[in-house]
Amino acid sequence: MPEKPSLLKRLEFIDRRWLFLALAGSIVLPLLFPIPLPLYVSPMVQDLYDAVEALPEGAIVLLSADYDPSGKPELEPFHVALTHHLFRKNLRVVIVSLWPAAPPLTEIVMDRVGVETTYGKVYGVDYVNLGFKEGRQIVMKSMGSSIRNTFPTDRQGTLVTDLPLMEEVDSYDDVAMLINISAGSPGVKEYVQVVQSRWAVPMVGACTAVSGPDYVPYYKAVPQQLLGLSAGMKGAAEYEKLVGRPGEAMSGMAAQSASHLLLIAFIVFGNVMLYLSRRKGGA
Amino acid sequence: MDVQVWISYALTLFILSFLYKDNPLYKLAEHLFVGISAGYYIALAYQETIRPNLWEAVVTDGHYWRIGAFLLSILMFTRYAPKVAWLSRWPLAFVVGMYAGINVIAFGSGDLIIQLQSTMLDFLHGGMGAISNLLLIVGLASSLLYFYFSREHTGALGVVSRIGVWFLMVSFGASFGYTVMSRISLAIGRTRDLMLHPLVTAALIVAVTVGLFVWSRRGGGADQEIT
Amino acid sequence: MIGDFFIPHAAFSRVVQEIQQWGLIVVSFTYLLGVVNILQVHSAKVQRRSPEAPYSIVLVVSLLGMACLGIFHDHKSADSPFIWLYNTVYDPLSATMFALLAFFITSAAYRAFRARSTEAVLLLSAAILVMLGQVPVGAAIWGPDSFLGGFPGVKDWIMDVPNLAGKRAVLMGAALGAISTGLRIILGLERAHLGGGN
Repeated sequence: MPEKPSLLKRLEFIDRRWLFLALAGSIVLPLLFPIPLPLYVSPMVQDLYDAVEALPEGAIVLLSADYDPSGKPELEPFHVALTHHLFRKNLRVVIVSLWPAAPPLTEIVMDRVGVETTYGKVYGVDYVNLGFKEGRQIVMKSMGSSIRNTFPTDRQGTLVTDLPLMEEVDSYDDVAMLINISAGSPGVKEYVQVVQSRWAVPMVGACTAVSGPDYVPYYKAVPQQLLGLSAGMKGAAEYEKLVGRPGEAMSGMAAQSASHLLLIAFIVFGNVMLYLSRRKGGA
Repeated sequence: MDVQVWISYALTLFILSFLYKDNPLYKLAEHLFVGISAGYYIALAYQETIRPNLWEAVVTDGHYWRIGAFLLSILMFTRYAPKVAWLSRWPLAFVVGMYAGINVIAFGSGDLIIQLQSTMLDFLHGGMGAISNLLLIVGLASSLLYFYFSREHTGALGVVSRIGVWFLMVSFGASFGYTVMSRISLAIGRTRDLMLHPLVTAALIVAVTVGLFVWSRRGGGADQEIT
Repeated sequence: MIGDFFIPHAAFSRVVQEIQQWGLIVVSFTYLLGVVNILQVHSAKVQRRSPEAPYSIVLVVSLLGMACLGIFHDHKSADSPFIWLYNTVYDPLSATMFALLAFFITSAAYRAFRARSTEAVLLLSAAILVMLGQVPVGAAIWGPDSFLGGFPGVKDWIMDVPNLAGKRAVLMGAALGAISTGLRIILGLERAHLGGGN
């Protein structure tokens, strides 16, 4: 009769579906029973907030929303908090997208924030949504030549020449800041390379956590290529805190904490098993 | 209850059913995803780029030379006619050339020069900050030397490139930590959506589970190894 | 494109602007090429009556249906069928596809992340410190007001010093590679993108 494997051995070769269930538990339980935890604001996000805060009232901001539903949980909360911030400060906003799936998401955010109902902003005067344009870096470069030529119409098909705000904007020289919310390529990296480095337009960015560490060199560059950077849901939570609008990102932090602890426990357990089996093997 | 909620929740659970094993519900959702997204992309490319920048530019604004861009684009499809397939290289060469031109400048001025310039740091004054600056300079120089493959990594170069590997490993570790965070955030987002209508979710979980159970009992997925 | 960087002349800029417009249009048509390829592959599956044929039919019908709705009907109004399908089908499927990765990364953490060498120890230690420093529970265990700034402080230092050194090296190396590849393409030394290398 074969020897029954030890509990540790059985745990080591556990069916992965139990691991999936553990992760699901670590997400669902904190969402059901939230625990208030202190939220530390990192310098990168604080700098982002300060850069937007320092813009004079009425300044024009170019917002490039470049994400799709797969990046929504990380970027939409930031997009919402930022939209509150921009319109609360009475900045004027030109919105473009280099990702085809982004325009409907932008419309949902504008609706949720209540740009027209809560802040009383007028389309065409205080903000415009130029929609999507294919071509990635070519679009970025083309906007440097002429935004009006690159986007002859807005998302609704209205000629940009009929939009009062667009009379004041035709290139990067006409905007006080470029804000990029990006879930990958084309996004922050390409905007820094093609636009910021050439037109020296002040730029801040929000990206998924995956890209966060890759963009740190742009934030730490001298002179700074990115004045501030928000990475992932955590960055969005910090921004929500700074703007004073706690939302989905802040409420997700308990689940994020529990899942991280679970994963760290898994990594530690795996390595303890490795250590034990090596000791056994060596003995 | 809103039919939109039922459909979107069902599709979400079809995808999540892959965690049990590959199955027909997942395959259905996967193919639907590819179809809908490709259809969406092509509609957006037409409506928000081709129509305003080509069609209306020619018909309304009289930019007739832009017909050239259309003809160049059409050449891409000559690949389906073997005799003239070579013509499909022209639009490709045009686009690749444009990106190459943009990238040479973008990577040069955007990445290379400014990053090098940003590493010219003071490491003699400023206490802990100076130590960090020194570590940064050593880390960058040794990591760059690790990528120098024209000489064998032995002797002094071997030692330095080993230090470079250590810095690279810490940076990959940071990326890994952030990647974990990213993926978990996405799972949190989906879970939160499913929790908005818990009864629909519960009903659909039961339905999908029963479906998978029946499929499994009929021998579906018996060839898949689960560990 | 390179000339435009060095020649700030209005006439030259106008030419470049038009070339850029051509670029946008040609790139947009590549979508159509991609769709033709997808349709070819899946119609072949249907014709062969492969076991995957029903799924291919779903794919082709949904692709053509979505494209027709967007092109011949309304592609932007919140109450249009196109946006309804975007919200009901595309949005949840796209989001869930990527959410799946969280589960596989958990499985990998349990089975694969083993510290078998100095390099692996460094990688895993940095990963764990960053994971703790990034979430509020890390700050609750070892707060930013404590020695070294607690987990958040250590995480910020890792990001700003060793991570920055590594990432900057990769960035500079990739930049050199991209510049040389770009120049090789422009000079005609690199022709792989045209197929066949001849």
